[in-house]
Amino acid sequence: MTILAKHASYKLAYDALRAHGVDPFNVRFDSVLSPTEGILNGRRMILLGTNNYLGLTFDPDCIAKAVEATSRQGTGTTGSRIANGSYDGHLRLEQRLAEFYGRKHAMVFSTGYQANLGVLSTLVGRGDHLMLDADSHASIYDGSRLGGAEVIRFRHNSPDDLYKRLRRLAGSPGERLIVVEGIYSMLGDTAPLKEIAAVKRETGAYLLVDEAHSLGVLGAKGRGAAEAAAVEEDVDFIVGTFSKSLGSVGGFCVSDTADFDIMRVVCRPYMFTASLPPGVIASTLEALHKLETEPRLRASLMRNAKRLHDGLGALGFTTGPQANPIVAVVMPDQEVAVTFWNMLLESGLYLNLALPPATPSNAPLLRTSVSAAHTTKQIDAALEIFAHVGSELQCLPSDRRRAGGVV
Amino acid sequence: MRETHQLALVASNNGPERNPVREEIAAVFEQVLGHAVQITDQTDIVEDLGLDSLGVMNFVMAIEDFYDISIPLDRIAQVQTVGDLIQAVEQLRSGVPA
Repeated sequence: MTILAKHASYKLAYDALRAHGVDPFNVRFDSVLSPTEGILNGRRMILLGTNNYLGLTFDPDCIAKAVEATSRQGTGTTGSRIANGSYDGHLRLEQRLAEFYGRKHAMVFSTGYQANLGVLSTLVGRGDHLMLDADSHASIYDGSRLGGAEVIRFRHNSPDDLYKRLRRLAGSPGERLIVVEGIYSMLGDTAPLKEIAAVKRETGAYLLVDEAHSLGVLGAKGRGAAEAAAVEEDVDFIVGTFSKSLGSVGGFCVSDTADFDIMRVVCRPYMFTASLPPGVIASTLEALHKLETEPRLRASLMRNAKRLHDGLGALGFTTGPQANPIVAVVMPDQEVAVTFWNMLLESGLYLNLALPPATPSNAPLLRTSVSAAHTTKQIDAALEIFAHVGSELQCLPSDRRRAGGVV
Repeated sequence: MRETHQLALVASNNGPERNPVREEIAAVFEQVLGHAVQITDQTDIVEDLGLDSLGVMNFVMAIEDFYDISIPLDRIAQVQTVGDLIQAVEQLRSGVPA
C-alpha cells in the first residue's frame, strides 16, 4: 500500500488494458517523420490522431522562424512575464491574435489548458454562475473549480436546457458565464452557436467559446465556429490553443471587454508559470500567417475529413454526426475497441483510443483527426485498414450478416 | 411548476417516516435505470445502485428536470446517499443558497 492506493481501481483497469497489447496511453514513437507519418517499433505508421489539422509542424518557414528566434533570443524565458518581463514576440503575437479576431485585446498563455484554467477562474468567482456544456473538456471543468463560482452543467449541445437553467437562476445575484466549445474534441460535433447566442442575448449572460479544435478549421477566415455561425458579435471571450492547427504549444484569450488587462495581475495560471519560449512564439506567429494567407490548407483539411467520414460511413461504421476533422468511430464495447485499436496499430495506422469516462457516452471511441497534410492515398489506405480490421472482427454490418449475427 | 412541488423542510431525513421526496426520487431512479429499486436514506447512489459517472449524471439531470432545479456541481460532489440527495433537493427547492 502506498499513498497512491486510492487509485487502485484505475490501476486495475489500466493493467487489464495494457495486458491486451500496446499501452494506448503511452505509445512510444521511435521517431515522428512528418505531420502524417511516424515510426513505431521500427514500422512506418500513418498518423491519424494527432490534431495536426493544418499539418504545419514541419512547415519549413515555421521551423526557420523558430530556429532564428531561438538562436537570437535563447531557448527559454526562464520565468513568468510578471517576473521576467515580456519579450517582443509575446507582445507581437498578442497583437496579431487581436487583429486576426478583430478584437481589442489578447492574452497569451503557456498552454491551452492553462488558458481555460486562467480565464474561467478569473472571469467568474464566488457568487457568480458558470454554465458548462456537460461534454466540456477537462480543462474547462478544472478551471471551473479554481475560481469558486457555482457550476451548473447543461445537456450537451442543448440550448433549451441551457435556457431552462438560466431561467431557474432568475433573481439570484451574480454574473452568468456560458462556456461552450466550437468543435467538441471527442465526437467532432459543433456547438449550435446561433441558438446559444440567442439564449445568451435573452438572458443577459456572457458567452465564452473555446475554439481549440475549430481555429484554422471552421469559418471563411479560419477564426472558428463563431465565425462560421456568424455570431462573433455575441461571443464575449474566445479561448484557443496553438497546439493544434498552429502546430506548436500555448493558449490564448481574445476579447473586447474593457479592463481586460487587469487579468495580467489577477489571473494566477498566467502569472505563476513560465512564459512561452521565443522559438515557440516565432513558429506560432508564422503558422498564424499561413492560416490567414493559405486558405487552401483549410480546403484540403475539409476534403480529407469528408473523404474519411463518408468512407467510414459507407463501410458501415457509426461515426459522429458531422464531417469535421475529428472523426470518431463508435465501438460496441471496450473489448472490441481495444482489440480493434491494437490491430489498427499492427496494420500501420495510429489513432486515439478513447474510453469512458473520457467519452460522451458509455461507448468507447476510435478517435481520428485528419490533417490538411494527409494525401488522398493515405486517407484511402486508412479506410482500407479500417475495412480489413472491421471485417476480421466482424464489426461491419455486412460481415455480421454473413456471419448470421444480424439480419 | 415550482409551486406544485412545494414541500415543508424536513428537519431530519433519517426517520422511517414516509417521505414524498424519497418516493419521487425512487420513481426517477426507476425511470433512468429501467427497473424497480428499493431505496432508503442510507442507500449509496454509486455503490448500491451501481451507477457509473455517466449514469449519475443522467440521473441527476432527470432529478433536476423533475423538480425544475439545477444542482450545482459542488453540491453533487457532496451527495453520496439518497438521504444527502433528498436534503440537497429540499434545500434547493426552498431557496437555501448552495
